[in-house]
Amino acid sequence: MPKITLSINQQDYQVEAPSGMPLLWVIREQCELTGTKFGCGIAQCGACTVHVDGKPVRSCITPAASVEGKSITTIEGIAPKPDVLHEVQKAWIELQTPQCGYCQSGQIMSAVALLNENPNPSDSDIDEAMSGNICRCGMYGRIRAAIKQASAAIQQKTIL
Amino acid sequence: MKKWTRRAFIGAGVLAGGAVIFGIAIRPGNRASKVAGMVAKEGETLITIWIKIAPDNTITAIIPHAEMGQGVHTALAMMLAEELEADWSTIRFEEAPAAKEYANYAVAKGFVAGNKDFPKFLDQTIEGVFLTAVKSMNFQITGGSASVRFTGQIAMRIAGAAAKSMLLEAAAAKWKVPVDELLAVNSEITHASSGQKITYGALAPEAAKVKMPSHPKLKEAKDFTLIGTSKPRFDIPAKVTGEAKFAIDVNIPGMKYATVAASPVFGNRIKSVNTSVEGKNGVIKIVNLGNAVAVIADGYWQAKMALNSLNITYESGENELISQEDILARYRAEMDQALEKGELEIHNQAGKVGPAFDQAAQIIEAEYQVPFLAHATMEPMNCTVWVKNGEAEIWCGSQNPLGFAAAVAEELQLDQEKVTVHNQLLGGGFGRRSETDVVLQATRIAKEVDFPVKLIWSREEDTQHDVYREAGISRMKAALDGSGNPIAYQNQFIFKHHPPEAADIPYEVENQLIHFSSPKTFVPWGNWRSVDHSTHAFYSESFIDELAHAAQMDPLQYRKKLTGSKPRFQKVLDTVYEKSGWDLPLPPNWGRGVAIHYSFGSLVAEVAEVEIKTNGEVKVHRVVCVADPGIAVNPDGFVAQMESGIIYGLAAAMSGEITIKNGAVAQSNFHDYPVTRMNEAPKIETYILTSNHPPGGAGEPGTPAIAPAVTNAIFAATSIRIRQLPISKTDLLVSVKQTT
Repeated sequence: MPKITLSINQQDYQVEAPSGMPLLWVIREQCELTGTKFGCGIAQCGACTVHVDGKPVRSCITPAASVEGKSITTIEGIAPKPDVLHEVQKAWIELQTPQCGYCQSGQIMSAVALLNENPNPSDSDIDEAMSGNICRCGMYGRIRAAIKQASAAIQQKTIL
Repeated sequence: MKKWTRRAFIGAGVLAGGAVIFGIAIRPGNRASKVAGMVAKEGETLITIWIKIAPDNTITAIIPHAEMGQGVHTALAMMLAEELEADWSTIRFEEAPAAKEYANYAVAKGFVAGNKDFPKFLDQTIEGVFLTAVKSMNFQITGGSASVRFTGQIAMRIAGAAAKSMLLEAAAAKWKVPVDELLAVNSEITHASSGQKITYGALAPEAAKVKMPSHPKLKEAKDFTLIGTSKPRFDIPAKVTGEAKFAIDVNIPGMKYATVAASPVFGNRIKSVNTSVEGKNGVIKIVNLGNAVAVIADGYWQAKMALNSLNITYESGENELISQEDILARYRAEMDQALEKGELEIHNQAGKVGPAFDQAAQIIEAEYQVPFLAHATMEPMNCTVWVKNGEAEIWCGSQNPLGFAAAVAEELQLDQEKVTVHNQLLGGGFGRRSETDVVLQATRIAKEVDFPVKLIWSREEDTQHDVYREAGISRMKAALDGSGNPIAYQNQFIFKHHPPEAADIPYEVENQLIHFSSPKTFVPWGNWRSVDHSTHAFYSESFIDELAHAAQMDPLQYRKKLTGSKPRFQKVLDTVYEKSGWDLPLPPNWGRGVAIHYSFGSLVAEVAEVEIKTNGEVKVHRVVCVADPGIAVNPDGFVAQMESGIIYGLAAAMSGEITIKNGAVAQSNFHDYPVTRMNEAPKIETYILTSNHPPGGAGEPGTPAIAPAVTNAIFAATSIRIRQLPISKTDLLVSVKQTT
């Protein structure tokens, strides 16, 4: 079985990834980072979103072997320090955004990627960045509001 | 069947001295000693089966319901803490174990006492539900929007009040002072004149020995300090860090993975399967379940790849000749036959519709149709099972963990005590996770091996082997008099599940005939958020709109007129009129529609504001929701539930449709079973009205009204009446062309 090394949340993992095996299953089953979720398997729902070199990708259709040597970030690696949350996570809690919560890792990863790229997104920017992430509990209004709140907090920090 | 003992009986409320008094014991059969070993750790004292208090004064509410994001753990703990006079910051919660002692007699009793929401499977107990009966039914359901309504009202509040009373008695005995000189507040008891003070934690061991009061006094709504305030939900912090554990996330040492393919055609059996891949590429075992094939492997991906490579062949079955149009034709034929033969299954009959139709100034008729719907929970169905030496352990996300334990015990021929269910957070429930099909399938797979197996369904399996909201038809007919008032209302529909009152209308119509047919179907049925209300609100709230237009009246005012004797309806309609800006002008190709529907103890009106775009697409811009749930225990949580119910119902209304082709579900994943996304989600404004009604449900009542609110808005914008869901089946481009 071919072994490869993946860098996830700045830690190296030696994993077995047969040809074509998606990153999602390596992250969940071999690295035991279960915050990244399986939703559809065909890049329709966004629950499996992780960052590869800072860009959001759907790990359910990304072969693990294709991201060897790249920097992978999952929901577990998004907080700046172990006991400090990312501004997006803080806003998510303050606005009581999750319901069942299953899609929220993916939502947060898409939102963080959006704000990294565009710290002050418009409604249509949010639509464009977030419409690949399904929330069956329908918390879109809160997600939108939380992105705006996190955006304000991030900009406030940049000014200070 | 044994009668309730006086002590075990949960009686109806009695008014005494201005407060509601319940004849109640919180521990029928004195369950406390038996359950102490299950839930109390060292040093903790169990006071009633729902509360434990630790020496450091932390108080744990034991909640017999599953968390699927509806905030039940928080709301029920609030109800308990309110009566206990507990300091909210010291409140913790635990989900009750899936043990018979925690069978939810409060929910069962609520269904009985409410009578209207009574589910079929409890029929035999209507003479008097008692714990033994509830235990034997393995009843631990989270559904029917029942948690706050029944467990909260009947178990949590009373348990809190009883525990407070016991703590006060214990303090009075300790200090040898009269109990009425003591004050319980913020998890402490104080005696003002002597200045003595003691925490609940310090008193708990003595309090637990006090005889439980048979009539604990409940607080009046005006004295609530917690209920009605918004508290952050317990479950949220772990849901933003990836730490929250769903069933799909459990990791048991030695665990392997499985996935499954059931016969696409409902009812067909496996004819043959090639097992030559066993032992290769991480594949451990192929299991032929008769109606499905499972692969057990080192990982999900390996299992899925192997499953895809198997050449599974199926026996032929009669269902493969049947497609959607055949099913609908069969439904219509049954409806016709019932009328021809005069064999009507009556839902509700009042007065005589015949003579009223003879006198009518206008007769309006319409036929509505709704499709099958899948639940499409975000977390695909999954379950981990370990069958070992006459025992079984289950890790699942269940709306009925005790029922799951019972089903597995029966499947494996074990005593139920030998089956342990570890219930996890639910990645969406909506009714789907109350069914035992997946846990039983996982058990049948896991019993073939001696290690734990995590069964994960693909999204395709999840879509094609759901238990579906029934496709339905309703034939409406009404007679209007010369002033446009309805004098007869007739509705023939198919399939009556529950709640049984779902087809009722709130409108004052003297002559009514509401009846139904129950055609044969092979498509598995299941509870889908709001159940029969999801279909009936569309039928009746569309039709009342048609009547309003026939009567040349404003649809909202028409509803007001026909509910004139119902103040609760009047207030909700007035509020939604005002908050929506009902009479304000809109741009061309925009429209507003209203619908109002009562379900699960809550009355909800919604006004949708829609635009028909120049390409014929429908965009719902704004939804104004006004809800009267009596009282909302955790208002922000209630608002979130309305938002959720609306989006869930909107997804179905706009594009949700499962169709049957040659005996199998034609859709497979989110590309062909589309759901509402961020760019399609309307702005939702929710307003809560408080009334003197008992707390209503939250999880489901937001869903029923949204489909008719949107289709009524489309009519207002286009004069096109949508009588078949989903809306995407109707071409609205023609209306835009006409107006431009």
